[in-house]
Amino acid sequence: MIKFENVGLRYGMETEVLRDVSFEIPERSFQFLTGPSGAGKTSLLRLLFMSLRPTRGSISMFGRDIASIERHELPILRRRIGVVFQDFRLLDHMTTFENVALPLRVRGKDEADFRSDVSDLLNWVGLGDKLHALPPVLSGGEKQRVAIARALIDQPEVLLADEPTGNVDPHMARRLLRLFLELNRSGTAVVVATHDLGLMEQVDARRMILNNSHLDIYG
Amino acid sequence: MADTPMQMNAETQVTQSAKPTPIVPPSNIAGQALSLVIAIMSFLACLTVGAVLMIDRSASAWQSQISREATIQIRPARDFDIETALMEAQAIAAGFEGVVNARIIDLPQTANLLEPWLGTGIDLAELPVPRLVVIRIDERNPPDFKAIGAAISEAIPNATMDDHRAWVDRLVSMARTTTFVGVAILALVLTALVLTVVFATRGALASNHVIIEVLHFVGARANFIAGQFQRRFFWIGLRGAVIGGGGAILLFLIFQFWAQRNLTTAQGEQVAVLFGDFSIGMGTFIGALLVIALVATLTTLTARLTVIRTIYEIDEQRADPSRQFY
Ligand SMILES: Nc1ncnc2c1ncn2[C@@H]1O[C@H](COP(=O)(O)OP(=O)(O)OP(=O)(O)O)[C@@H](O)[C@H]1O
Ligand SMILES: [Mg+2]
Repeated sequence: MIKFENVGLRYGMETEVLRDVSFEIPERSFQFLTGPSGAGKTSLLRLLFMSLRPTRGSISMFGRDIASIERHELPILRRRIGVVFQDFRLLDHMTTFENVALPLRVRGKDEADFRSDVSDLLNWVGLGDKLHALPPVLSGGEKQRVAIARALIDQPEVLLADEPTGNVDPHMARRLLRLFLELNRSGTAVVVATHDLGLMEQVDARRMILNNSHLDIYG
Repeated sequence: MADTPMQMNAETQVTQSAKPTPIVPPSNIAGQALSLVIAIMSFLACLTVGAVLMIDRSASAWQSQISREATIQIRPARDFDIETALMEAQAIAAGFEGVVNARIIDLPQTANLLEPWLGTGIDLAELPVPRLVVIRIDERNPPDFKAIGAAISEAIPNATMDDHRAWVDRLVSMARTTTFVGVAILALVLTALVLTVVFATRGALASNHVIIEVLHFVGARANFIAGQFQRRFFWIGLRGAVIGGGGAILLFLIFQFWAQRNLTTAQGEQVAVLFGDFSIGMGTFIGALLVIALVATLTTLTARLTVIRTIYEIDEQRADPSRQFY
């Protein structure tokens, strides 16, 4: 479904963040992306989300070379991808409920049709009593869970999660991991970027490890 | 934390309000500042429009009042019956085609005219004061001034004809200059209005950059995002423009009311002579409406283009990874 071939990435004139990175993300697969801080996990996810173009190499998404994708096609392709940003990116003037419902709203769906789905998902991530809270009054972990719910709500074909458990306790982290596995079982390919070893030990999944600009894959 | 959270649904469905929060926050400081700036600029633009129209109207009023008349001046002389000469001049002038009537300014009226210089209680009959015949002219079919002048000075050597041509010419050019300056100022004010609206709109949008980016990333089309913003900014622009334009019209109405109330006093008359009747004609209203329409359109269009360009820039960054973003 997603294929990287000899991808290189450099910011400006600095040394390459990624060098000769090749891998595939098959449909319905589950993988961790790990590596030390600053190794380039977020950068790799940005490439996967098409918000960055590689300096070298080729990337194909859903069977299409991203170099050939037109500007106006991007929103439609992005609808097939769910992202949990490391810095959440919630809209502060909207309630938790509305933030999670936003992807459905911009797709022109009717609130009557998704209202219970959104509430169910928020209940699942433990925010059933915070439906009408605004992000500025939420804790870091709560914001993170809202961001996760927003990424999941439309059952994307690919989920890209950048440190999705960075702000929650181990119990909640396990719970969120279960949510990702659940989503994976229902057909979504999942990439979880994390340096939480404890989290990775709970699942026997493929590990993509970034180190010194290189990517090694185990499993 | 409920593993089976269905119990909560009934409650949450009820409390979720029917009207969703607008995607663009309804009003923030930037939006209010924008409204204020737009109101001030619209106010100034409408005032300028009104002022230019008023100058234009007054200028053409002076022009036509003066060009409607010509005068025959008869100087007194020894052994010269000025009254007869006046009547003769009146008869000659009235005989020409294009002359509506010819009127002799009689002694009391002459005294009135000279009062500011000579004071009251002076017997004009004893003074060698020139006398006037005022000729009213059909503006659409003006007489041959040269022919009248020639006929009169032939019959009465002491008489001269003044068709005010020099005056009219000077007034016409003055009126033209005034109107031209007014239009130039209007052009400057409108340019300032356009630039202010464009830059203020862009400034107000800058605080919404995150919203544009998030919408773009959750899969909203550029058109959808632009639609959200342009609707909000249309109302901000319209509100500001209506307040500003309305304020200007209100000011003109107050002015007009004041002028009409004072019209009977000497001061009012002076004002009326200078500025016409002070009525804010249909033109001022139409001008204000045009300014309001211009501002609302401009705000909407700027919002749209700025949003589209912001999205473009977000996408550009994927072609050039060195640029800061995400
Ligand atoms: N926009 C940018 N411009 C220039 N350099 C950048 C930019 N974004 C990231 N970098 C650099 O690229 C390298 C990789 O950054 P990245 O954010 O991908 O790391 P990461 O693995 O996600 O780190 P962390 O675990 O701390 O989130 C870092 O050295 C960082 O300084
Ligand atoms: Mg990162």
